[in-house]
Amino acid sequence: MITRKRLAAGACGLFVALTAGLFPQTAAAADGPAKEPPKVELVLDVSGSMRANDIDGQSRMAAAKQAFNEVLDAVPDEVRLGIRTLGATYPGEDRALGCKDTKQLYLYPVGTVNRTEAKTAVATLAPTGWTPIGPALQAAAQDLDGGNATRRIVLITDGEDTCAPLDPCEVARDIAAKGIHLVVDTLGLVPDAKTRSQLTCIAEATGGTYTSVAHTAELSGRVRQLVTRAADPVATPVAAEGAKSCENAPALKAGLYSDRETFGEHRWYKVDVRPGQELRASVSIGADRAVNNDYGILLRATTVHGREIVRGSEAGDGRTDVISTGLRYPKAEADGDEADKPETVCLQVSNSFSAGPAVKTAPGMPVELTVDLVDGPDDGSDVASFGLGRGWWLIGLLVLTGLLAGLVWGWISRWRISVWRTN
Amino acid sequence: MRTVRTLAAALLAGAALLAPAAAATAAPSPTPSPGGGTGKDGSAPTEAGTGFRTAALFRPGQKATASASTGDYLYWAVPADTGQRLTVRATVTLPESAARHGAQTWQLDLYDGLRRRQACTYGNQHVAAAKEAASVELSCTLRTVRSGAEPWSNDPLPGSYYVRLTVVGVPEDDHGLPVKAQVEAEVKETGGAQAVDAALAEPLVPGIAGASEQQREARAPEGGWSGGWWSDRWLWTAAGGVLGALAGIWGYSVTRGSGRPARPQG
Repeated sequence: MITRKRLAAGACGLFVALTAGLFPQTAAAADGPAKEPPKVELVLDVSGSMRANDIDGQSRMAAAKQAFNEVLDAVPDEVRLGIRTLGATYPGEDRALGCKDTKQLYLYPVGTVNRTEAKTAVATLAPTGWTPIGPALQAAAQDLDGGNATRRIVLITDGEDTCAPLDPCEVARDIAAKGIHLVVDTLGLVPDAKTRSQLTCIAEATGGTYTSVAHTAELSGRVRQLVTRAADPVATPVAAEGAKSCENAPALKAGLYSDRETFGEHRWYKVDVRPGQELRASVSIGADRAVNNDYGILLRATTVHGREIVRGSEAGDGRTDVISTGLRYPKAEADGDEADKPETVCLQVSNSFSAGPAVKTAPGMPVELTVDLVDGPDDGSDVASFGLGRGWWLIGLLVLTGLLAGLVWGWISRWRISVWRTN
Repeated sequence: MRTVRTLAAALLAGAALLAPAAAATAAPSPTPSPGGGTGKDGSAPTEAGTGFRTAALFRPGQKATASASTGDYLYWAVPADTGQRLTVRATVTLPESAARHGAQTWQLDLYDGLRRRQACTYGNQHVAAAKEAASVELSCTLRTVRSGAEPWSNDPLPGSYYVRLTVVGVPEDDHGLPVKAQVEAEVKETGGAQAVDAALAEPLVPGIAGASEQQREARAPEGGWSGGWWSDRWLWTAAGGVLGALAGIWGYSVTRGSGRPARPQG
């Protein structure tokens, strides 16, 4: 209704619309309030295996150094960059010591990256020790802790973790479950099958990506892409914890929320909808672990008494990152006392994911919930737009009716004239 | 359909001569030109998003590109307005076949602004590429976007449409290999046949209630949202009225014979 009014308003609106293409899209892609500058930590494997000469004829280490230099030159100014190494200092055989071998090489100063300092720090690295990926990830997450910045870890390694039983994949999932929106992107240098599956698992658990690298150009290009991606403004969800029933559910306003839900769990949220408003809710659940092939999601809007108003559901199969659905609930206008009284709508999120016995169920899978409250729609009084007609049948009918009306009118007036004449 | 619309436009021209007042109200025809157009600042995205929140925005007629790794989920968002039929085409340039270990299957999915998956009426949404193939081409044509629908229906509504491109079947060894993707969208105006009498207050763009003017514009089609009140039904109905009136005049004149009455009155 309002859209119609706005457009009917005419020329002014048209002028505004014509200027739409002039704004750069990237600048407008930001949602939400201003935030801290994004933080990125590059975690580089400096274990002994990085000596292997199999990337464009040079050693893996040399390729990584070259890539780091290129990336440091290209880091967007607003990004705060940190570098952490794993396996850089302890060359010995003692597992316990080797597995603690991770240190922060370069700590971002607040503000911009000191490129020279960072490059010097990288240049001194020599392939040395073990591959403690798990502890390095934990430490990197610690480095990036605090504030509401976008956080990203870029893990570059050439081998699997050598510090079992601490599974880096579990570490990654625990980091993700903290709700600090930390994404881990992984890059495998000439990876073998085990490394690949481990790095894929880490990326999957945090909503990151996995890349396998065989050339220096690929490595620097990809790392640069990931670092720049961190600088892209993006809306950060607010953590919410859905309840087991509607009574105890958290009341949500319009916004973006994140939560966790395990297999077969139901989570409830509440939203107040005033008469004449439309509730729009969408939800997606991320498949952040190895789940069975068929899955589904259900989002239901119910009254406080449990009557279902509307639902959104979706099912799927095969490889996926998320499964999502949404619903709209326009609340009708009300009169008198009820005109401003909001109705509490309960939202229930459930899923039908399942997994094999080896897969851990806790922490739950990431849930993203968006709630929007907008003006209600114009339901219309007819199926057709404004009740207007269309097509040759309509034209034919109108012509025929007009013709008949003309003929009848003509005959009547002829008849009246002849009556008048005879009198 | 085009001939019908041209005819209808010609009829409107006739109607406009007869009824200038009626035509004035319909003057700024807000139906966007089919195919949209490239961004004035040439700003088709060169990166794709990795999720619904980070989806890269582009407009029909633009070519969005991205370089990624096999296994990445690539997201873009494209606006579609009332009466438009959206077709999304994607081309994936696969890694060299020497580096690959087997066939791959790629999939293109469309989701509306509420993240509801939308069906493709036709197009190759799910394509298998042999090991030797250099590229994969996918496409998906959406149903016609309606200005409004009941909350219980899944009809496409004006708003953002998410495009998700990913590999769904790939040998384990081929994960992480670099690929290039290119996505473009094309809209076709379907005319008033699907014009319904219901309209959303705001298009299905996530977060639109709190969005700034600039954010709204970035997510709107070039030329803005049509608002859904215009359809060629106005032309048909008006033309029908005019033709009916002409037929009436003709019918009247037939009964009166040609020329003036034989004997002057009084």
